[in-house]
This record gives sequence, C-alpha cells and structure tokens, in this order.
Amino acid sequence: MENIVHIIPEIFIFCSALILLILGLFIKNIKLINNLAILSLLIAVAIVINQPYQSIYLNSYIIDEFSSLFKIMIFIGSIVTLVMFISSREDLHINLYEFPILILFATLGMMVMVSANDLLAMFIGLELQSLSLYVLAALNRNSLLSSEAGIKYFILGALSSGLLLFGISYIYGFSGNTNFNLIAVNYNSESLGLLIGIVFVLAGLAFKVSAVPFHMWTPDVYQGAPTPITAFFALAPKIAAMGLLVRFLFNSFGELYLDWQQIIFFISIASMMLAAFAAIAQTSIKRLMAYSSIGHIGYALIGIACVSSEGLRSLLIYLMIYLVMNVSVFTVILSLKRNDAYFENISDLSGMYKNHPFTTILVALMMFSLAGIPPLAGFFGKFYIFVAALESNMVFLAVVGIIASVISAFYYLRIVKIMYFDESKEEFDGLNIRSLQVLFYPSSFLVILFFIYPAPIIQLSEYAIKSFY
Amino acid sequence: MNELPILSILILLPLVGIFFMTLIRNDNDQSSNNLKHTALWISFLNFLISLYLLFAFNQQDADFQFEERYFWIENGISYHLGVDGISILFIVLTTMLVPICILASYNSIKFSVKEYLIAFLALETFMIGVFCSLDLVLFYLFFEGGLIPMFLIIGIWGGERRVYSTFKFFLYTLAGSVFMLLAIIYIFITAGATDVSYLLDYNFTRNEQIVLWLAFFASFMVKIPMWPFHTWLPDAHVEAPTAGSVILAGVLLKMAGYGFIRFSIGFFPEASELFAPLIFTLSIVAIIVTSLIALVQEDMKKLIAYSSVAHMGFVTLGIFTFTVQGIEGSIIQMISHGIVSAALFLCVGVVYDRLHTREISRYGGLVSKMPMYAFTFMIFILASLGLPGTSGFIGEFLVLLSIFSINTYFAVFATTGVVLAATYSLWLYRRMIFGALIKDDLSEMLDLTRREIIIFVPLITLTIIIGIYPKPVIDIIEPSAKKIVNQVNGKLN
Repeated sequence: MENIVHIIPEIFIFCSALILLILGLFIKNIKLINNLAILSLLIAVAIVINQPYQSIYLNSYIIDEFSSLFKIMIFIGSIVTLVMFISSREDLHINLYEFPILILFATLGMMVMVSANDLLAMFIGLELQSLSLYVLAALNRNSLLSSEAGIKYFILGALSSGLLLFGISYIYGFSGNTNFNLIAVNYNSESLGLLIGIVFVLAGLAFKVSAVPFHMWTPDVYQGAPTPITAFFALAPKIAAMGLLVRFLFNSFGELYLDWQQIIFFISIASMMLAAFAAIAQTSIKRLMAYSSIGHIGYALIGIACVSSEGLRSLLIYLMIYLVMNVSVFTVILSLKRNDAYFENISDLSGMYKNHPFTTILVALMMFSLAGIPPLAGFFGKFYIFVAALESNMVFLAVVGIIASVISAFYYLRIVKIMYFDESKEEFDGLNIRSLQVLFYPSSFLVILFFIYPAPIIQLSEYAIKSFY
Repeated sequence: MNELPILSILILLPLVGIFFMTLIRNDNDQSSNNLKHTALWISFLNFLISLYLLFAFNQQDADFQFEERYFWIENGISYHLGVDGISILFIVLTTMLVPICILASYNSIKFSVKEYLIAFLALETFMIGVFCSLDLVLFYLFFEGGLIPMFLIIGIWGGERRVYSTFKFFLYTLAGSVFMLLAIIYIFITAGATDVSYLLDYNFTRNEQIVLWLAFFASFMVKIPMWPFHTWLPDAHVEAPTAGSVILAGVLLKMAGYGFIRFSIGFFPEASELFAPLIFTLSIVAIIVTSLIALVQEDMKKLIAYSSVAHMGFVTLGIFTFTVQGIEGSIIQMISHGIVSAALFLCVGVVYDRLHTREISRYGGLVSKMPMYAFTFMIFILASLGLPGTSGFIGEFLVLLSIFSINTYFAVFATTGVVLAATYSLWLYRRMIFGALIKDDLSEMLDLTRREIIIFVPLITLTIIIGIYPKPVIDIIEPSAKKIVNQVNGKLN
C-alpha cells in the first residue's frame, strides 16, 4: 500500500484525465478543459521533482533520476502541445474536448514507459501511449490526409506492437522472467531464442523512435496529422521511447552489449544517412521536419551505441536540446497562417524576412542549430555525442555522423535561403498570436544563448544517469 | 591593469551594439542613418580599445598576456582568452577593417540596412574571438560561428549568383572544419583538456600527430585556401558585396594562417615537419597556377581573389620553414595582405558603385577623370606585387629569405610568383587606368568622395609605414615567433 505514494504523479494524471473527460461532457468550454489539463501537467511536474527515488512493485517500476528527467521532458512536450492547441483548434478543425484528454492519456502511457522495468509494464505503457496517438493522428475526421495518417500509423503501429509482443514472448519463454534485471541472468551463448527476442523487441522500439529501417510511417504521419499533434509526435513519444530503449538495453543486457550494440550501430548510421539525403527533396516543411527528426534520432542512438556513461550523458544532453529546438520550430510552423489558412510548404516561407525580420532571424538560427553549427545549442548536442563516440573508439560512427551533418546542413540552409534570398510574399498574421510567442521566444533564446553557460544541462544529465553508472 | 577583462570587452562590445541596434527602428532614411552611425561608432570604439590593447601589450614578453579564464563547460574546456605577439596584430587588423567596411557600405547597401549592420557586428565578434581564444572548443565555436553571418552577407546582399556562391562557401568550409572538430574531441579525450597553453607542452605520439595534423589541415587548407580547394574563394568574392569581400580577404583567410602557426606547428611539430614538403609543393603550385589564372581574368574581383590565393601561398611557405624569419614573414605577409587586398577590393567597390560592373574591359583611361583614385589604386597594386617600400615587400622578402635557407629550388619557384604577380597586377592597372578614355559612360565618373578618402588614408599610411619601417611590427611578433620556433625545435630534437 505504501507503494502508492510513489506513483502519485501517474495516479494524478489518470484522475485528472477522467475528471476532465466527465467535465467535458457537461461544459462546452474547451479552452477551460485545455487549461485545466495544462494545470494538472504543471502540478505533475512539481510532484515529480519532489518525488523520492525508489523501485517498487517487486522492482518492476522504477522511479529514479533518469525517469524523473524524462518525465519532465515529456510533460514539457505535452504542455507545449496543449498551448499550441489553444490557438489553432478552430482553424485546424480539431476543436474537440477529447484532445487534451487524449494528450493526458498519452502522457500517462509515456510516464509508465520511462519508469517501466518489466516487460509487461513496458508493454502497457507503450500501448496506452500508442492508442492515444492513433486517435490523435486521425483527429481531423474531415481531412483525408489526417485520416490516412491515422490509419497508416495504426496499421504499422499495430504491426510493430505485434513484433514487440513476439519478442517479449520469446524473452519470457527462454528466460522465465519478465523483469529487466532478471531476464539476462541465465543468458548464455546457446540461448539463441533470447537473442531473437531482443532483436524483435528492438525492432518494435525502433519503430516507436522512428529509426531507419522502421521509419516509413514518419513523413506521412507528420504531414497528415494536424500540426500541434505533429509537434507532439516530435516532442514527447520519441523521447519517451528513447528512455525506454535505454532502460531495456542497459538494465537487462548491459553486460551483454556486444549482442545488441551492432544493431543500434546499424540503425544509427542508417537513420543519419537516409535522413540527410531524403530531406533534401522535400517540399513540405512538416515532411522535412519528419526526416530531420529521423536524423536526430540517429545521432541520439550513437549515445546508446557507445554503451558508456559518456554515451548516456550525451544522449540526455542531445534529447534536451532536441526538445527545445523542436518547440521553437513547430511554433513557427504553426504560426504560418494567413487569413485563417495554414501554410505547410517550404516555398511559402519565401522572402519571409522582409515582413518579419526578427522572427526570421530566430528561425534561421534554429535551422543553423539543427544543422549543428556553433555557437548554437545544436552544436553542443552533437559535440557531446561525438565525444562519447570517440571515447568508446567508435571512430567510424563519428565520421559517418559528421559527414551526415554536413549533408544535412544543405537542407537546413535551403530553408534559410528561401526565407532570406527569395521573393517575398504577404505577411503571416499568425506570428502575432500571443500564446505561440510565449513558447517561441523563450525556446529560441534558450537555443541561441545556451553557449554562455552550458554547464547546468551537462551536470543535470550526469546526475540523471546515476542509476546506470 | 590586467584586472580589466579587455579581451572580453572587445568580443562583447559588438554584441552590445547589436542589442542597441535591435531597438532602433528602421523605417525611413533618417533611422537607417542612425543605424549606420551607431554601428560605425561601436566598431570605431572597439578599434580604439584594441589600440589600447596594443599600447598596453608588453613586447618583451613572449607568453600569453591579458589572460582570462573562467569555468565554462566542464573541466578541461574553459573560457580562456589571451593574446601574444602572434595574435594581437590580427585583432587590431580586424577592429580596423570593420569600421572601414561599415563606412564603405554607407551608400552601397540599399535595403535591409539593419540586418546588414547586425550581421557585420556579429561577424566582428566571431573574428576577434578566433584570435583571442586559447581553448580549442572556444576557438572552434568562433571559427565556425563566423560562417553564419558571412553566409547571410553573401546570400542577401550579394550579386546575381549569390545563392550558389554562398552555399559553396558554407559547405566547403563546413566540410573541412568538421574533421577539425573530431580532432579537437580526440585531443580532449586523450590529453584531457583543450587548453592551448596546456597543449603546447603536451606531447602527442607520432601517429596521433599525423592523423590530427591532417584533420586540422583539412580545415585550414579550405579556409586559407590552398590549391586545389580554393575554388570557393573566387566565387564568394565575386558575389559578395564590397565590404563582404574586404572582410573575407582581410580577416577570414587569416584565421587559417593563424591556425597553422598556433595549432598545426605548435601541437604537432613532428607531423608538420613530415608534411612540410607537401605544404611547400601545394603552395608553390598555388602561387604559380593561381597567378596564371589571375592573368586571364575578365572580372576585377576574380583577379584579386586569385591573387589572394597566390599571396596566401607565400604565407604557408613561410610558416612551414620553422624559422623565425619565416613565421615573422608570413605574419607580416598576412597583415599586409589584410590591408592591401582589403584596399584593392575597396578600390573595386569605388568604381563598381559608379558603373555597376566589374568587367575590366568596360574601363580604361580612368586616370584622366579620377586622378586621386588612380593614385590610390597604384599604391595598392604596387604593394600587392611586393614593391620595396610597401608592406607587401617585407613579408614576401622574409618568406623568400627563409625558404631560401631551407631549399633553393623552392625559393626559385616561389620567386617566379613575384614576377607573375607583377605581370597580372600591372596589366590590370594598365587596362583600367591608362590608355585613352574612349568609353562614353566613363566620362561621367567622379573622383573619390570625402568618405572614400577617409577610408583609404589609413590604409595607405599603414602600407607605407610598414613598408619603410617595419621594426615596430617585427618587435611585436619576434618574441612569440622565437618562442614557437624554439618550442618546435625543442620537441623535434
């Protein structure tokens, strides 16, 4: 019974989702429901920060520095999505009170994912998150693209869940355990079944983080889903799935990393290279961001492939910076609005700096940051990833990483080029929306001024990986 | 005196200027003039501060001075600034050229003045940072960060093929530099720190040196630029606005030369010795080939751009002789080239502003309409070909002297470069300035305005003073150059 104390944040989010669901039936004020959802997420942040660290329910659920940091990143992603929802809900035809509630359920699923230390808890978390996301992607029922995105995501997601379950059943069958810490105890080189299990679970998780070759859904879903939900896809679920991946690999097979390292090695290289080339030809900014996120996941995976404390540290630094950069970019995408119509083609940005000089320079700097050009925050993310790679003697990975980063600089520069060097169009009136500015300016300045004193983020990530090293 | 963080002030002052300029509106001529004046005064103030730095600099001391060190990222990577005889002149060169550039763009920039000036001040911060930083990560930060404003300067205010040129510039430089980043990370891991003064005493193994040297070389050879990776430079120069070319030729190329002296030979003397013949060969090829290419150019800016590559060939020759004269010569050559090529691009800008073409054949006989311009242009053409009495001579002479003491053949080949430089420079001058004024549109040409005279006077003065009496400059460089040479020889024996 005393264990309940440790899962108060989860219970709190669950209860507020249920209460808001009932409230939504009677109150037609969607904005109020949305704000209450934001409030409950903020309260959950406060609770998570002050939580004692403990592993509970027979070590199947862990609350530690690592999970708390991930939960806070997930909360930030959810809050950002809800704020974006306020300004765009009517024009995007997603003015439904289910939106904040589904976000809350997805958040709950992700909280379970990052704390799970057991195959079953992991699966429950994943499914709760995925089911909410399937609905969210298809939320704009009248749009063919949105429905297509939802169906596509659902079918492929169900397939990946199938792979995952298949892997889980193998692991359970050959080890007799579902707890991460106990799975690998009896592992030896003859237990091929366990290895097959790892491969299938990794395939399922690679789908969730959208790493190549399980990335096919990403561009379509990013493009089809309403923009706030696309932002949510980019912000929260990937980060949560990375956290889960780390715990699954390090807690259960940390000693036996030689067996899975090469898998991560391969999908990391494939993600970086494919994203760098595929993004060049994109015309939709949301598709471009989809490929960009695939590439960034590739870099983050280098951190896992290193299997070292530096690797994990760099992974956390990278994810935090990735989160902030994406908040900034997606708020801008959402504010590209003229007369209640949204623009999603890269060519619509053309000559934007004539009408919006200040916003445009910030967006341009975000692009440079995504490309990893110093002195912006994105550079430090890559810097630490490469430090970790070289420290683990993975020179090849680092060299592929820098080559991919030079190639990907091209498509980020293309956006800068279109904004600055091309003919200008009419003004965007969406850039004046207050609630988006609240997100855009702080996140942009955080990225730009990060270089002044990066030490806190680095110390924070060192603190968060304590439970692994 | 040392309590005043003067280097940080130099770096931060342009940023403060940027902050104030974002507050100034830019909707009519009056406010855009205000913006220009603000930027000019900020950069001029920075120049005065750098003069104070030069004045307070202790010439006898070969070590780093005005050092500042603060905790920055983590142990081993700190915010560490300092100058010695090698870097201080580059800082003054930078702070001198930026106000000149801003003054030179008063009339030539017609739109988005505010963004232009902000980009220039940001670029100044990065350039000064490169020469001040005594930490490799900090150095890389400034070295690469400068790409962002330069990308925008060429891309927004450039000529017709500006997009192609600016992409080429950015991607070439980035592709070269990322290998240096990996090398810096490797140094951080093996040596445990990226502090320059610590690394100067650190001994890398021979194999490490070879790999790291090549990685640094990849970055610097693209930036300086060395043949055969020089092709981005003529494109960038041709499309950049005048002030952009000035900064590109005047300062950005020097960052790589500075990097060679400070890092390549300072950290990796064995590898430098091993690869010196490669550098010599590439430099000599560059000097001869690009001089020949310069000879056939139709475009003034392209001609000067190719001559820059040839001049930077002398710089690399001098650095890798590992002699005091060689290093002194290459630093003076860089300073001189920074002044002279900057002035030559400004000269091109003067006629370009009037006739809007850079084609040499469109000009001819300018001397009858623009005597002052002809005089100014002559001085810089002569300085560029290394006439005794101008700053160009001192640098080339010292470099040739040092290379002669190493290898006679290289010296002979390098000297042919001097002859070729005279050929293309004088021929350019003849085609533009002399002859009869027969082209109709040239008859309206006005001579230098007061603003342009203000721009050229300090450059002419410096060119001649350094050419006639170079001792003050050499005095500043000498202790540090000696120290580097001793250090390298100490490590090699």
